[in-house]
Amino acid sequence: MSLLSVKDLTVVYKTQGGGVPAVRGVDLDVRKGEVLGLAGESGCGKSTIGGAILRLLPKGTEIAGQVLLDNEDVLEMRPGRLRAVRWAGASIVFQGAMHALNPVQRVGDQIAEAIVIHQQAGQKEALVRVGALLEQVGLPTRRMNDYAHELSGGQKQRVMIAMALACDPSLVIADEPTTALDVMVQAQVLRLLKELQRDLGLAMLFITHDLSVLVEVSDRLAIMYAGKIVEDGLAQQVFYEPQHPYTRALSAAFPAIGDVRFRRAPSGLGGDPPDPQQIPPGCSFHPRCPVAFDDCSRVEPWLFPAGEGRRAACLLVEGALQRAKGDGP
Amino acid sequence: MSGSEKAVATDEQPVLEVRDLYVNFAGRVGLIAGLLGQEATMARAVDGVNLVLHRGEVLALAGESGCGKTTLARTVMGLQEPERGQILHEGNPLRKKDLHSYRRRVQMVFQDPTAALNPRQTIYEIVAEGLRIHHVAGNEEELVASALSRAGLRPPQRFFLLYPHELSGGQRQRVVIAGALALDPEVIVADEPVSSLDASVRGEILKLLMELRDTLQISILVVTHDLGLAWTVADRVAVMYLGRIVEIGPAEDVLTKPLHPYTQALLDVVPEAGGIERPILAGEPPDPTRIPPGCRFHPRCPVVASGVAAQVKIEERCRGEDLGLAELRRGHFAACHHAAIQGSQP
Amino acid sequence: MAGLVIMTAFVLLAVFAPLLIDERELNVSYTTTNSYPAFEEPSVDNPLGTDKFGRPVLSLVIYGSRISLLVGFSATIVTMLIGTVVGIAAGFFGGRIDTLLNAFTNWFLVLPWIALAIVMAAILGPTLVNIILVIGITSWAGTARLVRAQALTVKERPYVERARALGAGTWHLVTRHILPNVFPVIFANTVLTVALSILSETTLALLGLGDPNSVSWGTIINEAFEEGALTAGFWWWLIPPGVMIVLVTLAFTMCGYALDEILNPRLRER
Repeated sequence: MSLLSVKDLTVVYKTQGGGVPAVRGVDLDVRKGEVLGLAGESGCGKSTIGGAILRLLPKGTEIAGQVLLDNEDVLEMRPGRLRAVRWAGASIVFQGAMHALNPVQRVGDQIAEAIVIHQQAGQKEALVRVGALLEQVGLPTRRMNDYAHELSGGQKQRVMIAMALACDPSLVIADEPTTALDVMVQAQVLRLLKELQRDLGLAMLFITHDLSVLVEVSDRLAIMYAGKIVEDGLAQQVFYEPQHPYTRALSAAFPAIGDVRFRRAPSGLGGDPPDPQQIPPGCSFHPRCPVAFDDCSRVEPWLFPAGEGRRAACLLVEGALQRAKGDGP
Repeated sequence: MSGSEKAVATDEQPVLEVRDLYVNFAGRVGLIAGLLGQEATMARAVDGVNLVLHRGEVLALAGESGCGKTTLARTVMGLQEPERGQILHEGNPLRKKDLHSYRRRVQMVFQDPTAALNPRQTIYEIVAEGLRIHHVAGNEEELVASALSRAGLRPPQRFFLLYPHELSGGQRQRVVIAGALALDPEVIVADEPVSSLDASVRGEILKLLMELRDTLQISILVVTHDLGLAWTVADRVAVMYLGRIVEIGPAEDVLTKPLHPYTQALLDVVPEAGGIERPILAGEPPDPTRIPPGCRFHPRCPVVASGVAAQVKIEERCRGEDLGLAELRRGHFAACHHAAIQGSQP
Repeated sequence: MAGLVIMTAFVLLAVFAPLLIDERELNVSYTTTNSYPAFEEPSVDNPLGTDKFGRPVLSLVIYGSRISLLVGFSATIVTMLIGTVVGIAAGFFGGRIDTLLNAFTNWFLVLPWIALAIVMAAILGPTLVNIILVIGITSWAGTARLVRAQALTVKERPYVERARALGAGTWHLVTRHILPNVFPVIFANTVLTVALSILSETTLALLGLGDPNSVSWGTIINEAFEEGALTAGFWWWLIPPGVMIVLVTLAFTMCGYALDEILNPRLRER
């Protein structure tokens, strides 16, 4: 049973230069207690999806499709219901969370704020719960009286996680939660997230550009490129046996230390991720693809079945070309 | 010390040498506190480093933030003045008056290519800047075109009149590299050269750096927190902690058979399939204003924490006796009491 | 664009003022001898009416542009020169130079400028050059602070460090990197300063410290006030010079935006 079910999501930002299609038809499923990793580089639309799920995108942004949270479409919700769902149904651990803390308010009060807003308690009871939350994320309770500048990067991130858990959400969206942290602290925070997710049975959507991190924490993995998902499946399979050339290039950027094949053999892609307003025809990846052929610039692939529980949007997947051209099953 | 796998004669003079380097940063003292005689806290960013860079070698300087690697790189570049110690270029100590000519031979590539380029200069001007500063003889346009070309931006003329904001991240970094190449340097100091670039683009820039080493024999000092990067490009790896090098040696040895527990800890947390069940060091990256006595790593050291140090009776030494690098295997040095007594067992 | 047009119009007005009006009409003795009607409301003859001495306000205002603009521009040049040099020196060199210059700047900043202006005018005498000096000396501190702050920011930017790594010397760094990137701030400040200088001149004139032999918008308003123009309802005497000041300020602001757009490559394309 999917806790979160995104169907054909399209998001177009309004700018002075016209509409910018950040997300172009994305389907996602996250089951209860499962971690779905969403990977991709700058401009691929992954952070937009995170924002879209709770309708936190700028006013005027066009969103189409369905976002079913526990079978209710978030996009159709009325403001009152939406506010209730925000944080209590699903919460977000933001990118650059370290700067999301109010510098003139004690951190305990900030966490309590979420609880109080959702009328789950008054200020006093809220602070008790805050104490419990801080312990859960590995911080001493007395820290709730600290101000943001008294905490280190890792500690601030833990506070953000505590905040995200404050209203007992069933889904946590983590948008680059460890990006600005040092490797050791990153490992600590990742372990914390994984433990919390397991202990609380949370569903998690983990968004990041760091593919290697996702392999550690996710059950399933989806790779985004130019506003669409180009591959998905079980995390280990997608990382170690990629079916899409882009996934292959991306995972090559995270070498396994000790593996001689990576030694003195850097591999990367030429070119850049495409400008969302100028997406190449056919397969959006074909200009940078090392194995592209003629049809790639004409036929736009969709997610073809590529094994048990796996899909990849590439014409080189077995049987894909025939399907794309209309013959075959 | 032995050099890289490439044919580098060990008795050939190293192109750069760092001797006994100390770099401190004074903290700030409030007015009242200063008047009351309180001294500023001193951050010992680089606390006694000896390092050698051979011709045509790629040396990775690795560690967490605050370990001093960036400060060391900047001091090597002459952008930071050391408290004590010397930088030797081809055997000659670097002095203030030598800096200008030094700069022609040793160049830098920066972490954030977007910030490293003046948004009001054209690409041509950016690359030509070094040539103009040093009054390099020759046809400026040809030199600029050649540098851009070598950095992979072809045809170079296409880029002359563009501005940085019109290029992608990868292209900007190539412009930074072209700017450095224009002066025909012998050494490039690269500070996190790819960490702000998209993952799929990183390989191209790394490939470029390796090409420069292969074809032009440029020595490269790469500062990075990413051990995977070190595995990909480095001949030797030096691991820094709290201002000191705690381990240095050939990349294959340091990254697969590390001697120092800190190196081991860093390798353990490199994300890979294997789960996050491996031991993770507790605490935050250390504070260079409060360097622990004895072995500076001992408060976080798993060998001490797990009791192994006590078992082999070296715990007092770890807590009380500071130590430097010792050659524990051929060409492989580490500053660790435990590793030292383990002898040459792998 | 519009700003440039208005600006040019004003400058032309100021330059060609003598051709546009009959200078004799500015002379008090001339107008009284020839019995020019005083305090006359705007009419076909005198579109902006006349003042106490029968001098056509239109002529006054047109002629006044010369002094007002002259003082405005000159004082601004003085302010910007001192302010920029001090600001960049303080911001770029840091350390003791910064501390020294900063103290110096702060001293001038807290000085009540009117008091200083009055004193200086009293000591030096109310000539045009002195007025320019007074305004310049009392205004540069604000600019210096702004420039210093911006210079500090720019100095830390990676591209400046890169230039240093390339071997650039102080002059190169300041002229090719610090100045161009501090320039937008300087220019925005210049715009404001011109407007303020014109207003300062007006204020000084209002206080009676202006050059009594010159006609500027400030002196016009001064005389108007002294004659009780406000209570008597001589609106044509007060409003036109005020409007001119507003228009000039507006024109400068627009020019400022346009210039920044031209100079900032990133804004160019939009």
